[in-house]
Amino acid sequence: MGTLKKLELAVGVFVVLGLAAFFMLAMKVSNIADLGEDKGYKITARFENVGGLKVRAPVTLGGVRIGRVVGIDLDARSYEAVVTLSIEPKYDRLPTDSSASILTSGVLGEQYVGLEPGGMDEYLKNGGSLKLTQSALVLEKLIGRMVTNAASGDKPPAKTP
Amino acid sequence: MIEGLQRLGRATLFWFNRLGRATLFLLRLLGALAALGKRPGLIVKQLYSVGVLSLPIIAMSGLFVGMVLGLQGYANLVDFGATSSLGTVVALSLVRELGPVLAALLYAARAGSALTAEIGLMKVTEQLAAMQMMAVDPFARVFAPRFVAGVIAMPLLAGIFTAIGILGGYFVAVQQLGVDSGAFWSQMQAAVRLVDDVVNGVVVKSAVFGWVANWIAVFEGYDAIPTSEGISLATTRTVVNTALVVLALDFVLTAIFFGA
Repeated sequence: MGTLKKLELAVGVFVVLGLAAFFMLAMKVSNIADLGEDKGYKITARFENVGGLKVRAPVTLGGVRIGRVVGIDLDARSYEAVVTLSIEPKYDRLPTDSSASILTSGVLGEQYVGLEPGGMDEYLKNGGSLKLTQSALVLEKLIGRMVTNAASGDKPPAKTP
Repeated sequence: MIEGLQRLGRATLFWFNRLGRATLFLLRLLGALAALGKRPGLIVKQLYSVGVLSLPIIAMSGLFVGMVLGLQGYANLVDFGATSSLGTVVALSLVRELGPVLAALLYAARAGSALTAEIGLMKVTEQLAAMQMMAVDPFARVFAPRFVAGVIAMPLLAGIFTAIGILGGYFVAVQQLGVDSGAFWSQMQAAVRLVDDVVNGVVVKSAVFGWVANWIAVFEGYDAIPTSEGISLATTRTVVNTALVVLALDFVLTAIFFGA
């Protein structure tokens, strides 16, 4: 019976090792905290252009991640993009006149929503919306504007009476 | 011309014949599972031979694959100053593709071939026939325990392979090449998703691979021509067919999970 016990022990160790590997993959490699997603409160922000913003992109305030993008939709009437942000419940003191802008981390990094706090005493609640927004920087438009500026800069300035 | 067509037809019929026998074999195997519940000890013994004994090769290969990924990823990312994404590169490649696929290929070579040879030899020495003479069902006694043990062992081996690979990548990247440890893990955690990547990648893929790898291994042994040459042929076929099927299925699964 001694060999059978040893064999069973080895199999037990094997199973434990396998489960430990999955535990490590779950806890250390993937972001398990992202699973409980609907704890945060939702606010919306309307942008003229969201650029390359994606669902699950981070929402930051002062560089600290406070939530993430949970939905991007188009308002068919105003042709504005409606971005739904889920903010962690512990950050419940965002002034109603806060502003949101779509920024890029690094030159080739992913896009995220950066919030700037306002000065009002009232705070955003679930279902609230951000009024002040700044759209994503679209490189083509920026270059286009630079080109037209450069072209108009060659001409003598228009005389002003 | 006619003869060529005839040969093609014969090959096609032969192929479908084998596929049909393999399917019937699988159904009988699943039918024998109920009897297995009474004797779980049989599974434990097989788990030892396909699982525990495969651990060294799985662990070593995982370590080296992870270290190579770390080195190659670093060499390419350093040009863009993006070495902080090295953790993402190593983890995503291992979790989504390399972990389950390489573990399945190694499993077929290490354990699948042994299963085929063992069952084939049982057939040659007429042990299976002797069992039937004694009213012992070889499906319940021989095939099902091996199949079930393999199906259980495969995801565990793939998980161990992936985890050790990531640790190997960490060792090369952080200890040897000086990538920041915090960036390595945090970028990885930001990019790897639990359900979409870890569950779909490692768990589902390796469960599917374990299913086909063991099905092929046990069936090839059962279907082997009962000569010494037949066993060697069957063992080769196990490794070749498992490799082909695993790689083809991996493409299909990747298209389903990560294609869109």
